[in-house]
Amino acid sequence: MSQIDPEQIKVILATDCGSTTTKAILIEYIDGEYRQTQRGEAPTTVEKPFANVTAGVLNSVSEIGELAGRRLVDDDGHIISPATDSEGCDIYISTSSAGGGLQMMVAGVIAEMTAASAKRAALGAGSIVMDVIAANDGRRPHDQIQRIRDLRPDMILISGGTDGGTTDKVVQIAELVAPAKPQPRFGSSYEMPIIYAGNKEARDAISSVFNEEGFDLQIVDNLRPVLERENLGPARDKIHDIFLEHVMAQAPGYEQLMDWTGAPIMPTPGAVGDILQTVARLQGINVVGVDIGGATTDVFSVFDETFNRTVSANLGMSYSISNVCAEATMPNVLRWVPFDMDERELRNHVKNKMIRPTTIPQTREALMFEQAVAREALRLAYKQHKEFATTLKGVQQQRTVGDTFSQQTGGMTIVDNMKLNLLVASGGVLSHAPRMHQTAMLLIDAFEPEGVTMLAKDSIFMMPHLGVLASVHPKAAEQVFERDCLVYLGTCVCAKGTPKPGKICFKYELSGDCTESGEIGGGELKLIEMGMDDRATITLTPARGIDLGAGPGKKLEREVRGGTVGLILDGRGRPLVLPEDRAACQKTVQGWLDSLDVYAEEKEPVAV
Amino acid sequence: MAKAYTPGLLVTRHKKHRCIRRLPIEGDVKVAVGDRVVADDIVAETALPGDVNPINLSNMMSLPPKDVIDCMLKKEGDLIALDEPLAQSKGMFGMFRTIVHSRYEGTVETVSPVTGQVIIRGAPLPVQVRAYMGGEVVAVREHEGCEIEADVAYVQGIFGVGGETHGRIVMACDSHEQELTPDCISEDMTDAVIIGGARMTVAAIKKAQSVGAAAIISGGIDDQDLKNLLGYDLGVAITGREDLGITVIVTEGFGDIAMADRTFAMLKDYVGQDASVNGATQIRAGVMRPELIIPLAQVPADTHDRDSETGELAIGRTLRVIRDPWFGMIGEVSALPAEPHVLGSGSKARVLEVKFPSGETAIVPRANVELIWE
Repeated sequence: MSQIDPEQIKVILATDCGSTTTKAILIEYIDGEYRQTQRGEAPTTVEKPFANVTAGVLNSVSEIGELAGRRLVDDDGHIISPATDSEGCDIYISTSSAGGGLQMMVAGVIAEMTAASAKRAALGAGSIVMDVIAANDGRRPHDQIQRIRDLRPDMILISGGTDGGTTDKVVQIAELVAPAKPQPRFGSSYEMPIIYAGNKEARDAISSVFNEEGFDLQIVDNLRPVLERENLGPARDKIHDIFLEHVMAQAPGYEQLMDWTGAPIMPTPGAVGDILQTVARLQGINVVGVDIGGATTDVFSVFDETFNRTVSANLGMSYSISNVCAEATMPNVLRWVPFDMDERELRNHVKNKMIRPTTIPQTREALMFEQAVAREALRLAYKQHKEFATTLKGVQQQRTVGDTFSQQTGGMTIVDNMKLNLLVASGGVLSHAPRMHQTAMLLIDAFEPEGVTMLAKDSIFMMPHLGVLASVHPKAAEQVFERDCLVYLGTCVCAKGTPKPGKICFKYELSGDCTESGEIGGGELKLIEMGMDDRATITLTPARGIDLGAGPGKKLEREVRGGTVGLILDGRGRPLVLPEDRAACQKTVQGWLDSLDVYAEEKEPVAV
Repeated sequence: MAKAYTPGLLVTRHKKHRCIRRLPIEGDVKVAVGDRVVADDIVAETALPGDVNPINLSNMMSLPPKDVIDCMLKKEGDLIALDEPLAQSKGMFGMFRTIVHSRYEGTVETVSPVTGQVIIRGAPLPVQVRAYMGGEVVAVREHEGCEIEADVAYVQGIFGVGGETHGRIVMACDSHEQELTPDCISEDMTDAVIIGGARMTVAAIKKAQSVGAAAIISGGIDDQDLKNLLGYDLGVAITGREDLGITVIVTEGFGDIAMADRTFAMLKDYVGQDASVNGATQIRAGVMRPELIIPLAQVPADTHDRDSETGELAIGRTLRVIRDPWFGMIGEVSALPAEPHVLGSGSKARVLEVKFPSGETAIVPRANVELIWE
């Protein structure tokens, strides 16, 4: 991989090799800015009969080439580089989650401290965390060893102890891992990579524990050198290195693919996290992103420059739909459906979707039910994310008399919906909803944003490509993210508090591209049309006890922008409460759906 | 426009089937290429490293970890029996000595001077891999396993629970549309693979369990019945390790749904023959469906190997609709419009027209059908 001057990059080719589909995009420098111009896709070819990922890559790239009228693949089946006026690209980059992505096991001494930091490092690197082993996880040592034996991770991350602290506890964890002889997922000749990122005083002891055949020990800086600070970078970089050198190298065709790319191949979720962090940093905003798939839901957040990612392993819309219904319970799913459904039939429908995951809803009722399940999957995934994205636990805090009535301990969630500026949606059920209004409504109902929040969706699941592009050309990545990746749905203004039904929740006054004023009652939802390019200043006057961002009852003025849906004013209150009586709940939900025109006839439906 | 392919479950009177039998770790392969095997034959075996049991002697003897090694009565590599003395403290002036007895039987694997922890490894755990399917050994993978091949009749189910088993085929229902209820099960069905018709009830499955049947197969099952059988609500379709004493397979799906007529008729032709059955289902990347395999003594003259066929959609192909509002209905492809169509849900998708036996036609998304192999 040779270093390329970013200024010389005018044509960028990027692919994301997913489990089922390889998606390619072309980015070109046109009239002084970078724009995504073409996209193509083809089935991923990791499995037989092809068993070579590059076949799917070349198919998707060839599709782009045909669309763009630009020859991108030569007669020998190689990507042409550098670019000329009519052919090739200046850089080719890729992400991958094919073959189940990166799967890790992590271990630490204390579940809430070093083990939690290790989990954050693994998740941040784009891994699925199969299990977290900790000295205080409530399992007996032989149960922990059995669990380690049952798992087949790609690598193991061990952490524990602060630098200079006691060494015996972290060595004890290592002594559980080594005799368990965990088997890797790929190949019997593969040595299990162990990353040690704990107390530096214990390095020699750890080395002697893993000084036997079958382990490849790598030592990096402690990811929790002191209790008050995490240092996740070195562990995360090492995870990426091992992902490339060991895991990817085992997958068919990846060695060839790595030769083609101008930047290291990244795990897909790691790349999504990178682009969201880049955007949050460059724009100085707080961002939450969600990617809901068939099996899992990933939630990413950046609050005050602190990044967190969680993977809810069994919350998804096809493979895991039955688990969503079991975890959320059927009454919680059905509260979002404004008509009666037979529960026995519904249970069978859910299981049929689970065993035939590629089917799509044909009727409006089936669509409404799936979107009800999606609300619950997103709600549960966000709840898990909030519980995980916390301030560091185990940090000693000095208190003064002034703190007596506002005691805050370590481990408080840093996810604050009132401080959230941008909520980004991706994944089939959100991206392919027939109406964007449905996407907006799903996001608001599930995430319950507070105050003023922009809503957007990833147009064609381009965030992974832009994440890896950000590592070589941040400017191009940011420009494409802003102009082509995000489809802005609009802005929502949501009241926090318990508004009284029939009473005024807040007053609003708009000036700018849209001029309007009025009142929003308790429990009311209102949609104001504001186009993609419309900007306005909104002045909000909340009722007593209602907070829109400036504090309970305090007036607020903010800039808002429109989108494909518009400006949504939400007077339902937070937390969102639905009537317990089934008939009343159906009536309420139907009223909300009507207010936002959620299931109106669409002239131009979205292809699925 | 590219050709459209739609997956379907394989049901065939003949295919050459090969199954790979593999040990979880390296071991001994007991068969050679050319050997004939039956389902119960052991084809490979090994011993998994025994259970690992840690004992923290440092804590138990109130000693610094580095002093533990001097108190050990057994060295690394020594065998130790249950309750046998493992370590003894030096005490004071040779008095007040503490003796720690082993809570486990096995071999002393390590004594850690850093943590004072002793690891005792239990006896190796034997693992045997059986042939599962009768046939000929056609390949041996050294220290790993073998491949067995046979001409078989084959039924792929849509969902199952329970692992590998085998038994003789018996019919419990008279038609593919008959519900499988307890009165269809008789005491003489011990070790049998019971074939039902439409939905099977949990009471029928429990009756089959009580008579000691090997497996029970029918068109459908209610989710609530599955929950009652398992004792929990199945969240994701990754099965095969349930300990029910019986393997359960549905060929069509959840709810009131009849077994495909052709599948039922085919199985009826093999009554009394031995069938290998596996309920393991994994609906993720690398999908695995449950299966019923009937090794054939003679290859039928008028059939051919079905694996070479494609799942290409074409006018006249028989298919099943696998999603509401026509869930479970079987018909023929009557048109394949190239342009996407607006569905009742408001989405736009590629569709096909299906003609049902009644003569009625319907427009259905291509994603919502599966081919039925003729």
